[in-house]
Amino acid sequence: MHRFANPTRFMRASALVLPWLAVATALLLGAGLLLALFVAPPDYQQGESVRIMYVHVPAAWLASAAYLSLAVASAIALIWRHPLADIAAQEAAPIGAVFTAICLLSGSLWGKPMWGAWWVWDARLTSMLVLFFLYLGYIALVNAFDDEERGARAGAILALVGVVDLPIIKFSVDWWNTLHQPASVFRLGGPTIAVSMLAPLLVMALGFTLFFATVLLLRMRAAILARKLRALRRAEAEAAGRFAAGPRDAAGSVL
Amino acid sequence: MVEPPSMHLPASSPSLGRAFCLVAGRDLRLSLRQGGDAAMVLAFFILAVILFPFGVGPEPAVLARIGSGVIWVTALLSALLSLDRLFLADFEDGSLEALALAPAPLELVVLAKILAHWLVSGLPLAILAPLLALILGVDAAGYPALVAAMALGTPSLSLIGAIGAALSLGARRSGVLLSLLVLPLYIPVLILGAGAVEAAISGLGARPHLLILAAIAAAALPLAPLAAAAAIRQALA
Amino acid sequence: MEERIVEFLRMGGYAAFVWPAYAVTAAGMAGLLWHSLRAYRRARRAVAALQARRPGRADRA
Repeated sequence: MHRFANPTRFMRASALVLPWLAVATALLLGAGLLLALFVAPPDYQQGESVRIMYVHVPAAWLASAAYLSLAVASAIALIWRHPLADIAAQEAAPIGAVFTAICLLSGSLWGKPMWGAWWVWDARLTSMLVLFFLYLGYIALVNAFDDEERGARAGAILALVGVVDLPIIKFSVDWWNTLHQPASVFRLGGPTIAVSMLAPLLVMALGFTLFFATVLLLRMRAAILARKLRALRRAEAEAAGRFAAGPRDAAGSVL
Repeated sequence: MVEPPSMHLPASSPSLGRAFCLVAGRDLRLSLRQGGDAAMVLAFFILAVILFPFGVGPEPAVLARIGSGVIWVTALLSALLSLDRLFLADFEDGSLEALALAPAPLELVVLAKILAHWLVSGLPLAILAPLLALILGVDAAGYPALVAAMALGTPSLSLIGAIGAALSLGARRSGVLLSLLVLPLYIPVLILGAGAVEAAISGLGARPHLLILAAIAAAALPLAPLAAAAAIRQALA
Repeated sequence: MEERIVEFLRMGGYAAFVWPAYAVTAAGMAGLLWHSLRAYRRARRAVAALQARRPGRADRA
């Protein structure tokens, strides 16, 4: 039962933190939205379409950061066998996948007026596409086993392999891109950003990050409750079997 | 199933080199005795490459341009095709458990199995690749680079693929899962391998590509058996 | 006033790209939040119902 000691403490702590985190997230996202849509100036080249950057770049940042946290949680889960780390890794993956998808779709919507095409094999977008499939692979692997512990362990190993391979993928895609395309091609979210655009971008990025933390805590709470539920039902079914209370009662508890 | 020839690693002899050779030899004999498998992978490789002219048309200029990429993509898929056999048969008949309990470290056993897999399904691809390049009309200047890139790249395919094969042991729909896990990880090898041929043809020289391919293989050589062995241990637990 | 709103909504001619990008982002985030909240509420309700039936056993688990 010592395995439940930590999740219990987590449930108490997260219940305290979560409302404040949610309020801070809402405030930051609201402020970021106002700054991005009303305060930030239009770009002298891209005009108003640059406003897509304020959702595209934070989504890209979060997609990468979520994979990194997934890998860190996986390492903790593998080394210290901490049950919370397993849950954190598994619950971070869908959030990261959604933000990778947001990044890809907003990038495509930004690319259309800039490049004249919905999709160009831009190095950053292509790396994001690969990252999306890494997320899908992780989620598929975790859910591919009847034994959930088995899925968690396999997923943790895959996450570590992925985080080692990710820089190599990024490097090779960058290289491939510079070989096959003229360097003058416009890149989404380039390195030169005016200060007047940086402030809204930072507020948005912080808001996205807090949103990630909020949803992650919420999902972890849900996952812990779901595990507790399974344990309770198993105990009930065992008790029903032992005291021969009748299979009807056990079956009823499943529904 | 076939009686595994040298299943019983001598517990009294702790020689790691000997254990390595025993496992690799056993796997080689098994796959050669069953014959067909390696030949079928090769047949798939050739057939899939032959499909491309039907798909894009027989113009020599087009085929020559996409030839190296086609060969590399097809090699990736062929390597994938033979991967699910890597541990699965031993997992199902219990010999993987015996190998895991043997005195030799599991990482070494895994490396031996990867070597046997590469000899049967990676090396033939490298040997066959120039023939396919000939059919597609790839510039002859690219042949040495193609063979060298294949020789340096296919070990990485076997090594990285072994991780996926070990992770998907006992999973539902493990075949499809395996491709979803492994193909994204193969992308650097594909980019560098196809790039090497193109660089050689354009006169830039394939040296940097080949060096990075070698570096990837050198990094995967210790890391992949480590990860695959960890995955096998948790699959057997 | 009305003209300024229309001008804002036009996004300098990029309305067809800017608004879908924000909509996709909002939909993705709202979907995540909705899905997570639903899973949380369901699990909490189910645990509460089970514990109400067997209070003694539930405390130990």
